[in-house]
Amino acid sequence: DRLGLGRAALPEEIAAWDGDVRPDGTGLPVGSGDAIIGEEIFATQCAACHGDFAEGIDNWPKLAGGIDTLYHDDPLKTVGSYWPYLSTAFDYIKRSMPYGNAGTLSDDETYALLAYILYSNDLIDDDFVLSNETFFDVEMPNADGFIIDDRAETEYAQWRGEPCMENCKPEPVSVTMRAMVLDVTPQEEAEAPAEGTIVAESAAQAEPEVVAALFDADLAEEGEKVFRKCKSCHQVGEDAKNRVGPILNGIVGKPAGAVEGFRYSKPMAAAGEEGLVWSEAELIAFLANPKDYMRGTKMAFAGLRKEDDLVAVVEYLKSFGD
Amino acid sequence: TPDPLITEVQEWAQGFGDGVDETPYGLPIAHERDVIRRNVEWLTADTVSSINFTPIHALDGTITPQGCAFERHHSGAIDLKKEDYRLMINGLVDTPLVFTYGDLERFPRENHVYFCECAANTGMEWAGAQLNGAQFTHGMIHNMEYTGVPLRMLLEEAGLDTAGDLKDKWVFVEGADASSNGRSIPMEKALDDCLIAFKANGEALRKEHGYPVRLVVPGWEGNMWVKWIRRIEVMDGPVESREETSKYTDTLADGISRKWTWAMDAKSVVTSPSPQSPITHGKGPLVISGLAWSGNGAITRVDVSKDGGMSWQTARLAKPGEKMALTRFYLDTEWDGSEMLLQSRAMDDTGYVQPTKAQLREVRGLNSIYHNNCIQTWLVRANGETENVEVS
Repeated sequence: DRLGLGRAALPEEIAAWDGDVRPDGTGLPVGSGDAIIGEEIFATQCAACHGDFAEGIDNWPKLAGGIDTLYHDDPLKTVGSYWPYLSTAFDYIKRSMPYGNAGTLSDDETYALLAYILYSNDLIDDDFVLSNETFFDVEMPNADGFIIDDRAETEYAQWRGEPCMENCKPEPVSVTMRAMVLDVTPQEEAEAPAEGTIVAESAAQAEPEVVAALFDADLAEEGEKVFRKCKSCHQVGEDAKNRVGPILNGIVGKPAGAVEGFRYSKPMAAAGEEGLVWSEAELIAFLANPKDYMRGTKMAFAGLRKEDDLVAVVEYLKSFGD
Repeated sequence: TPDPLITEVQEWAQGFGDGVDETPYGLPIAHERDVIRRNVEWLTADTVSSINFTPIHALDGTITPQGCAFERHHSGAIDLKKEDYRLMINGLVDTPLVFTYGDLERFPRENHVYFCECAANTGMEWAGAQLNGAQFTHGMIHNMEYTGVPLRMLLEEAGLDTAGDLKDKWVFVEGADASSNGRSIPMEKALDDCLIAFKANGEALRKEHGYPVRLVVPGWEGNMWVKWIRRIEVMDGPVESREETSKYTDTLADGISRKWTWAMDAKSVVTSPSPQSPITHGKGPLVISGLAWSGNGAITRVDVSKDGGMSWQTARLAKPGEKMALTRFYLDTEWDGSEMLLQSRAMDDTGYVQPTKAQLREVRGLNSIYHNNCIQTWLVRANGETENVEVS
């Protein structure tokens, strides 16, 4: 029996949230794009993690290659080699990509990106226009590579019944492999500061006098929270490394495009050569809307909307010298 | 010699401890600060799309405190207020509906204890012993008491007459975070025991577990337990989303992959002694303790071997096993100080016996990643130190 709770969902609301695309094409929007357009979008929005050729950087997913590797040791599973349905890729890209800026791609951009990924997998030619109409012309190599869970027949039937209790295997039992050999277990950080005590104290007591004049510790603390949005790509501090984005130690006051060992986009490198320096004001302008501030930047981040967040995060960055 | 801890008046026996306003929401005492979730950095590219592990080696009983319960996010743990929370039910329903958080609290609710295990738990051990610690080999699991509304009740509120024959129908569930983590669930399961949960262990869900509302899918892989659940669509087929095709599918040796492997099969592990919880007291009385669970029913029996699977003794269950919940087992024994190869083997009420690594590999090969429920071996050395090994 119904309780009469909740209210009717409006058509606009359903349209806003119901975006799933299914293998038979249900939900696929009208639109189109090709690999050439897709490559441009990919370079700015995706390549920082997935590599210029969809080959994947570090531990980020590889999107291309691996066909005929599924029966090898360590198979390479990509959109080309593993994904059974093209609809899955459209559904996922449109909904959840680019990473950190999800749901911002138009339908045409999504078709174009998908075309570029298919092209990178040698599954279409560069003049193939992917659209809701040509969608099913693409053959996914691993479309027949799946079976429905068969554990009931292949496993449960065998692994049942009264188990052995005595003399269950040939003597002597010997050790055949040890985790020590690989030694990939994270080390205990026994000397880490007591969480929440020492750290909090030093922040609360803030650096006195000289630094206080130049640097607002409370604001920096606010900025540290804002910086969580940046952390997936940028590192700061003593052991910082270039990752998807460059190290940000000493970034305030540093020329643009000047962090050693980081591969900048062409526009960013050029701006630095032309004398752009990351003053507080320039950084704030950049972070408010990276794509508008610098067309062609690799930074996929959408920007910070709140003025307070911008000021705070720059203050936080100021606390890290070179 | 007399113990000065007894013969001399101690500071804590003389003065005061903390007042009641010291930590209005309690924290674990500082001496237990090593009992925390841990991440394995090399596993993933980024902590925002990653997993950490429950310190099962240091816990006892069966309930996992929320602060110790492993986290797995695909786009980070989001901050979603109750006031901003909306749950939509659409698709093949009589009336598509939107619920607020407050609406959910007006449905009759239930309490159930269930384990939530990531399908990838023990996944790093397919090719061989890799990680030295029960926390890392088996810590993608937690067990909490959930309070929530049966999913069936919400579906019936929207009305299922439009859906017709429910036998071949599905629900697609997605979260409010950027990953959305969409999954398709057969209607039979959706109507059976799934819960729309908003409390765990008596208090609000933690942010990292989907505050304010998550889906609970008893016995089935953790990825389906969609956090920050915002939409449920009734469908006539599965979406075949990224999380149920490219991930959470199990590749066999011949390159063919199993899909829709939802249930977590019976499994157990000795949590102590284990690499992070060695024997420090020398020979004599020893409690061997561990956890067992099955996504197909209740644990009925756990056997423990000290000699690498040659011979077995049946352990004591702390309480009779409950369906799709952790069961604690103990073997109260005497240690003679010699080397042990410790194993545990769980059985559930379907008669299933937890398999060895060799049995699993024979059927599945080495590339399955998910659903590794093999018997684990710990080598306990004469000095009490313990390591993760494989045996003949």
